[in-house]
Amino acid sequence: MVSERRKFILGTARATGLVALGGLVWSAYVDEVTANKLILRPPGAIKEEDFLATCIKCGMCVEACPFDTLVLAKPGSNKPLGTPYFEPRDIPCYMCPDIPCVPVCPTGALDEPSVTTNGELDINKSTMGVAIVDDKNCIAFWGIQCDACYRACPLLDEAIFLKYEKNERTGKHAFLMPVVNSDICTGCGLCERACVTKDPAIIVLPREVALGSVGDFYVKGWDKEDEKRLVNAKEIKTTTKLSEKSAMDSLNDVGDLY
Amino acid sequence: MNSLFKHYRFLIMRRIVQVGVMLLYVGGNYWGWDFIIQGNLSSSLLLNTVPLSDPYAALQMFAAGAVITTNLIIGALIITVFYGLVGGRVFCSWVCPVNIITDAANYLREKVGFNEIQKKQPASRNLRYWILGLSLILSYILGVTAFEFISPISITHRAIIFGLGLGWAAMLIIFLFDLFILKNGWCGHLCPLGGFYSVAGKLSLIRVDHNEENCTNCMKCKVVCPESQVLFMVNKESIQVLDGECTNCGRCIEVCDDDALNFSIRKLAKEKK
Repeated sequence: MVSERRKFILGTARATGLVALGGLVWSAYVDEVTANKLILRPPGAIKEEDFLATCIKCGMCVEACPFDTLVLAKPGSNKPLGTPYFEPRDIPCYMCPDIPCVPVCPTGALDEPSVTTNGELDINKSTMGVAIVDDKNCIAFWGIQCDACYRACPLLDEAIFLKYEKNERTGKHAFLMPVVNSDICTGCGLCERACVTKDPAIIVLPREVALGSVGDFYVKGWDKEDEKRLVNAKEIKTTTKLSEKSAMDSLNDVGDLY
Repeated sequence: MNSLFKHYRFLIMRRIVQVGVMLLYVGGNYWGWDFIIQGNLSSSLLLNTVPLSDPYAALQMFAAGAVITTNLIIGALIITVFYGLVGGRVFCSWVCPVNIITDAANYLREKVGFNEIQKKQPASRNLRYWILGLSLILSYILGVTAFEFISPISITHRAIIFGLGLGWAAMLIIFLFDLFILKNGWCGHLCPLGGFYSVAGKLSLIRVDHNEENCTNCMKCKVVCPESQVLFMVNKESIQVLDGECTNCGRCIEVCDDDALNFSIRKLAKEKK
């Protein structure tokens, strides 16, 4: 005799097992596609982890983009499915002053206030990424005059400026080396698009990938603003217990080193 | 000819609506019709003013801990109320492009005679509610809209509106799954969006009504119905099809030669005895 109760328990257990198995595969896949950090988002995009929760994948930013810069990730592109991104070597962001892609976002995944100055849209405030120069493969660093990226930059002489240095090899020429100011660079990728080398020697990477962070421990003593951080700082006293071993022991007992 | 139209009138209308909606979106993206509608089935802007959003996607966003904008709430509410009134799964049978794929698989399955071999379907139709629950749990744990990252529905409409990629593979898999593995497999067993709309449309106003006196027990309606369990009353009782899983596709109505099934307005509880 198989009771209804036993049937019910087995049924529930089977469903739970199936759901657990499905959940495992499902979460593994989602983890995999969202692990790709090398993806450039539209202007005004919020932090990547919030972006993945907030973007509804409607494609309205893509439709609004007049240059077809933005595309939605398709199956097979190995990016979080359906989310908007751009590849500057194909089509960079041309930094429209009216930023058509941002206000259309229905969910706030593209955050208008983050690209607004004094109530007006300001594309120069966008932080899509940051350009990084590969100085071994940049021909300007070889001493050949190029400045393609410098000229392509919409924030000419600010986001990329040229650093002059004497070319000791020839003795009479100068290096005109492109240097990126990451405070100003928006990551539009016009430089990457313009770069003349086979694979671009200047590429745009997401800021969290390319940039370091100092942490709270260092204060610029010469910077009045930065020094203000110390105004309310409290002293933190750390006391380390003295070792009870004699100093001789610590010198002679080297066993721990191996 | 007239009877042919009579037997397929809702199907034809559904295909026109489904293709028409997709066409408007494609026009919005490619041909500058964005004053009509822009976006896709996940979220769109109608006539440049009315926000529309997939309430199930909004729910996942909420579970994932996203900040929900007013626009999104308004859009999701409009959609929920709309389908709440006309029938939750009207989305499935009248709008969703995957429906065309699964209907094609189902048609072929019947033609080739697989249903004769495989009479009993080896899976529960309640799986979709489990998947619905699972998607919200995963959204919460992973902090992303879990189903939106695998949804074949979104893959399909994005493929139509924004370009294919490998999207055809997802469509093909659903087609083959429904053809060989499980009758009404995707739409009738697995799809959590269908599950969501089943719940959302539980109290909808438009419902199919069965008139038992006219019924000759030919069973054409049950053969053609993608959710045949909702037609349990056929030839038994003159009541309305109140199960939320009914997609209001109208197939049962158009195949019925005896006028035993028709669309109707939900009878309020008081009128019933």
